[in-house]
Amino acid sequence: MPDLLNAVLVVVLVLNLFALGTSRLLAVIRIVAVQGALLGALPLLIHDRPSLSVAAAALAAVALKGFAVPSIMMRALRDAQIKREVEPLIGLLPSIVLGALATALALLFSGQLQLSDSRTSALIVPASISTAVVGFLLLTTRYTAINQAVGYLVLENGIFIFGMLLVEAIPLVVEMGMLLDLLVGVFVIAIIANHINRAFSSMDTRRLASLKE
Amino acid sequence: MVDTVIHVALLFLLPPFLLGVINKTKAKLAGRVGAPLLQAYFDIAKLARKGFVLSGTATWVFRAGPAVALSAVAAAGLLIPFGRFDAPIAFAGDLILFAYLFGMARFFTMTAALDTGSSFEGMGASREAAFSCLSEPALFFAFLVLAKLSGSLSLGKMLMVSPESFASGAAAPLILISLGLFVILLAETCRIPVDDPNTHLELTMIHEAMILDHGGPWLGTILYASSLKLFVLVAVLANVIVPFRTGKAWLDWPIFVGETLALAIVIGFLESAMARLKMRRVPYLLVSAILFCGSAFILLVR
Amino acid sequence: MGLRPGPAAVYGFPWPAAGNAAIGLDALSAFFLVPIFLFGGLGSIYGLGYWPQARHPGSARRLQTFWGLAVAGMGLLLVARHALAFMLGWEIMALSAFFLITAEDREAESRRAGFIYLIATHLGTLTLFGMFALWRWATGSFALEPIATGAAGVGVMNALFFLALIGFGLKAGVMPLHFWLPGAHANAPSHVSAMLSGVMLKMGIYGLVRFLFLLPDPPAAWGGLVLVLGASSGLLGVVFAIGQHDIKRLLAYHSIENVGIILMGLGLAMLGRSAHRADWLVLGLAGCLLHVWNHSLFKSLLFLGAGSVVHGARERRIDLMGGLAGSMPWTAAMFLVGAVAICGLPPLNGFVSEFLVYLGLFGTAVIPGAKVSAAVAAAPVLAMIGALALACFVKVYGMVFLGTPRRPDSAPARESPVGMLAPMLPLALCCVLIGGVPALLGPVLDAAVAAPALAQFDALPPVLALAPLGAVGLASRMAIAVIACIAAFQYLRARRIRRAPTWDCGYASPGPRMQYSASSFARTIESMFAWALRPRERAPRIEGPFPRNASLESHVDDAVLDRLIVPAARGTRRLFGWFRRFQQGLTQQYILYVLVALALLLCTLIPFGDLISRLFGR
Repeated sequence: MPDLLNAVLVVVLVLNLFALGTSRLLAVIRIVAVQGALLGALPLLIHDRPSLSVAAAALAAVALKGFAVPSIMMRALRDAQIKREVEPLIGLLPSIVLGALATALALLFSGQLQLSDSRTSALIVPASISTAVVGFLLLTTRYTAINQAVGYLVLENGIFIFGMLLVEAIPLVVEMGMLLDLLVGVFVIAIIANHINRAFSSMDTRRLASLKE
Repeated sequence: MVDTVIHVALLFLLPPFLLGVINKTKAKLAGRVGAPLLQAYFDIAKLARKGFVLSGTATWVFRAGPAVALSAVAAAGLLIPFGRFDAPIAFAGDLILFAYLFGMARFFTMTAALDTGSSFEGMGASREAAFSCLSEPALFFAFLVLAKLSGSLSLGKMLMVSPESFASGAAAPLILISLGLFVILLAETCRIPVDDPNTHLELTMIHEAMILDHGGPWLGTILYASSLKLFVLVAVLANVIVPFRTGKAWLDWPIFVGETLALAIVIGFLESAMARLKMRRVPYLLVSAILFCGSAFILLVR
Repeated sequence: MGLRPGPAAVYGFPWPAAGNAAIGLDALSAFFLVPIFLFGGLGSIYGLGYWPQARHPGSARRLQTFWGLAVAGMGLLLVARHALAFMLGWEIMALSAFFLITAEDREAESRRAGFIYLIATHLGTLTLFGMFALWRWATGSFALEPIATGAAGVGVMNALFFLALIGFGLKAGVMPLHFWLPGAHANAPSHVSAMLSGVMLKMGIYGLVRFLFLLPDPPAAWGGLVLVLGASSGLLGVVFAIGQHDIKRLLAYHSIENVGIILMGLGLAMLGRSAHRADWLVLGLAGCLLHVWNHSLFKSLLFLGAGSVVHGARERRIDLMGGLAGSMPWTAAMFLVGAVAICGLPPLNGFVSEFLVYLGLFGTAVIPGAKVSAAVAAAPVLAMIGALALACFVKVYGMVFLGTPRRPDSAPARESPVGMLAPMLPLALCCVLIGGVPALLGPVLDAAVAAPALAQFDALPPVLALAPLGAVGLASRMAIAVIACIAAFQYLRARRIRRAPTWDCGYASPGPRMQYSASSFARTIESMFAWALRPRERAPRIEGPFPRNASLESHVDDAVLDRLIVPAARGTRRLFGWFRRFQQGLTQQYILYVLVALALLLCTLIPFGDLISRLFGR
C-alpha cells in the first residue's frame, strides 16, 4: 500500500521538524517516541501477508522504540530535574530552516543516487536521508546529553527507513541486533547523563571536554 | 720427546735468568756492577720461604689470582714453538687460546688487585684494562699476517716463518709486525716506556700497583709468572725476527737461547736509554702498534 | 628428539582464513627450544623467591601468568611453519613481555621503559607484517618454505631482506635498533630481565637465521652488512656497558654486545653461502648457534646473580656496593663463573663459541693463494670486544663483590634464600660442562646447522672436522684440573695465614670511600671512547678558599635514544601541534566531521555533470 506508506513517511518528516523546533526536553522525547512507534509498525504495512517473524519484529520494535527507550530517557530526565535545553549552537528557528532545507535537497537530489526501484515508494530514500541529516543536526548542535540521545534515535530511525528498501532481505537476527544496539546505546547515554549531572550539576556535554587534557 | 722435555725445562727454568740479564744490562750501562745474574732466582726462593699475610678485606679470589695467572701463562708457553722445535701442544686455532690465556691471567690479576679494597690497586687495574683493549687487536693483526704467510692457524707453523718469506715480498710486513710485537711485548710485560718496573710511585704504576698487597709466596708466584710472560713473548718475537736455524738439534737450542738473551739485552738497553712515557701518551703508542700491524696486513694482501 | 639430523616432521592444522597453517619441529627449532624450556623452568623457581606473593600481592600472580604466556608464545613461534602462526606466537610473546616489564608499574622509570619497549616491538611487528605480506605476494602462500632460485626478482629479495633485518633486528637488539633494550631490561624484575636477555632476544636471531636461509642466492653484500652490523653492535654495546652505573643496565648493554657477536657468526655464514664455501658456513653458523646457547646460559646466570645482589643489598647502583662476597658467598661464586664465561675465557663455554667464530673469520684469510676476504678484519674487532668485556666485568665483579662496602652505614646484605640460589647452579654447571667437553655438542650443532642450510649444500662438513673442539676441551679440562689442585692445596694450607689490614704502600687509615669506584675504573676507557659515548658531566663549582660540599656526576645516556630519537620526537610533536585545533574534545565536533565525510562520499555518487546540464541547459 504505497499510499499509506507515503503518508507515514510524510508524518515522519513533519515530526523531524517538530523535534528540531522545541526546546522542551519532555516534548522532544515524546515526539521521537511517536516517530519510532510509527516506523516500527511500518513493516506490517509494507508486507501484503506478514509472516510471524515480521510481526514479531514489528511488535518488538514498537515496544522498544515507543515505550521502553522513552521511559528510560524520561527517568533520567526526572532524576536530573532539568526541563529545558541549554542554549543550542544554532537557534531554534534556524534549526528548523536548516532541517527543511535538508529535506528539500534530499527530495530533489536523491533521485540522482539511483538507489530505489519503482516497486516501493519513491519517498523512502529522501525520507531516510533527511531523517538522518536531521539526526546529525541534533547531534552536532545540541549540548544536553538527553538531546544527544534524541539525535541518535532520530539517526537510527533514518537508517531504519533506508532498511525498508531491503525489507525482504533483512533476516530476523539482524533486525533484533539493530534493536539491541539501540537499546544498549540509550542505556549507556542515560547512565552517562546521570554521571555528568552528578559531576557538573548540569547535563552540558561540553563539560566533558575538560577530561581531554 | 727429548725436545719436549728440553722445551718444558727451558720454559720453567730460564725466565728468571732473563730478568737478571735485563737488570745486569741496565746496571752496566749505568756504570754500576748491579745485582748477580741469578738474583731473581734467589728472590723467588726467599719469598717462597716466608709466611702468608692476607689483607682483611681479601677473599679467596685474592689467593686464586697468582695461581691462576701462573697456570695460564705456563699453559700459553706450552703452545709456542722454540726455534725450530715444535710446541708440545698444537692444534689449529691455538693462537686464539694463546691470546685468551693471557686474558685469563689478566682477569684474575685484576680482580685480585680489586680485592684488597685500596685505591692504588684499583688505579693499576683500571690502566691495565684500558691498555689491554688496545694491545689485543694489535696482537691479532700480527697473528693474521703470520697466519696468511704460513697458511696455517696453528702457532707452531705460524711462528716457524722460514727465511724464504723474508726474501720474498713478505719482508716489509714482517718488519712491521716485528715492531708491533715489540711494542706489545713492552706493554704486556710493563717495561719502559709503558711502565717502569722499578718505580715505587703508586700514581704512575700499572703492574706494580696491582701487586702492592701481595706478599710472601704470592709475591714470588707473581714475580715468576711475570718473568714467564716476558719469556713467552720474547720467544714469540725471537721466532719472528731471527728465523735462522741450522738443521742440527744440538746447535739450534743454544741458538734459540742466545736469541732470547739477545732480546733481553736489547730490552735492557732500551730501558736505560728511554724514559717512561707520560701516562696519557701510552694509548697513542699502542694505537701506533695497531697501525703497524694493520698496515702490515694490508701490505700483505694488497 | 628433534635434535637428531634428518628431515623435519611437519603437522598441518586448519586455519580457515589463511589456508592451512602448519607447525613443525626441525633441528634448528629444537635447538632454540632448549634454552626456552630450561630457563622457563629455572626462572619460575627463582621468581618464587625473588617476587613472593606475600610482598607483591598485586603483581606476583600477573607476573607468573604472563611468564607462562611468554614461554608459550616463544614455543609457538619456534615451531610455526606458517607466517600467521609465527606472527601469533610473536605477538603473544611481545605483549606478555610488556606486561612482565611493567610489573613494577608504580615506578615512573618502569612505565617509561615499558612504553618505549612497546613502541619498539610494535614497530618490529609492523615491519614483519609488511615482510609477510610481501612474502605472500612473492610466493603466493604463507607457508615458510625455501623460495626457489629465481622465483622472485632482485628488488623483492632485497626488500624482504631489509624488512626482515629491521623487524628481527628490533627484537634482537642490534645497534642502532637497540634503544628500548637498556631501559626495559634494567627496570624489569631480575628473572624477567634474565628471560628477556637470555631467551627473548634469541627469537629475533631465530627469525633472522630462518628467514635469511629461506631466501635463495644471497648476494655477498647481505652477509657483509650483517657482519658489519654485528661488529659495530658488539663494539659499541660493550663500550656503552663500561659507562653504566646500574648493574642491570650494564648487563643489558652486554646483551647487545653478545648479539653483535652472534650476528658476526651469522654474517660469516651468509658470506659462506654467497661464496659457496661450506666451511665458512658451518663454522659461522655453528659459532652463532653455540653462542646463542652460551649467552642464554651465562647471561641468565648473571641476571639471576644481579637479582640476588639487588635483593640482598637493596641497591642497583654499583658505586654504592662493595664487599658483598663476604656476606653473599654463593652468589659471588656463581657470578664469578658467569663473568668468566661471558668474557670468553678458556675453561668455560664462552671461549668455545668465540673460538668457532674466530676460526671461521681467520679461515677467510688463510686460503693459500686466493684473495683475502675483508671479513677477516672482524677478527681484531672481536679481540677488542673481548678485551673491553673483560675490563667491564672485572669492574663489575670487583666493585660489587670485592673490597669493602662503600656505604658502611647501611644494613649488611643477606644471602639469598635457597630458592633463588638453586636455579643458578644448573646454569653454572652447564657453563662448565660446555666449556669442558665441547666435543659433545658436535653432532647437535651439525644437525642444527644442516637444518636451514641443506637446501643449498648437499653435504656439509661436520663441525668437529673443521674445529678441533676435542683439543680445546682437553685444554679446558686440564685447566680445570690444575685449578682444582691448586685450590685444594691452598685450602689445606689455609691455617697458616695471618690477617692484617690492607698495606697499600703504608697508608695508615684507609677508608671505604678511598677505594676506586666503578666510574673511576671505567674513566680511562670512557675517555678513549668519548666520541661515541658522549657522557654528560656535571662538574662541581669550587670557589673560594673554603668551598662548600660539592659533588660530581657523570652519566652515559643511550646515544640513540637520548640524542636522536627523543629530540626527533619532540620536534615532531611541536610540528603536529598545529593540528590540535581540530581536536577540542567535543563530541559534537566529531559528529560534524562524520557528517561532512558522509556528505562528501554521497556526492561522489551523484553525477554532477548531467545534473548541472539538466538544471541549467534546457
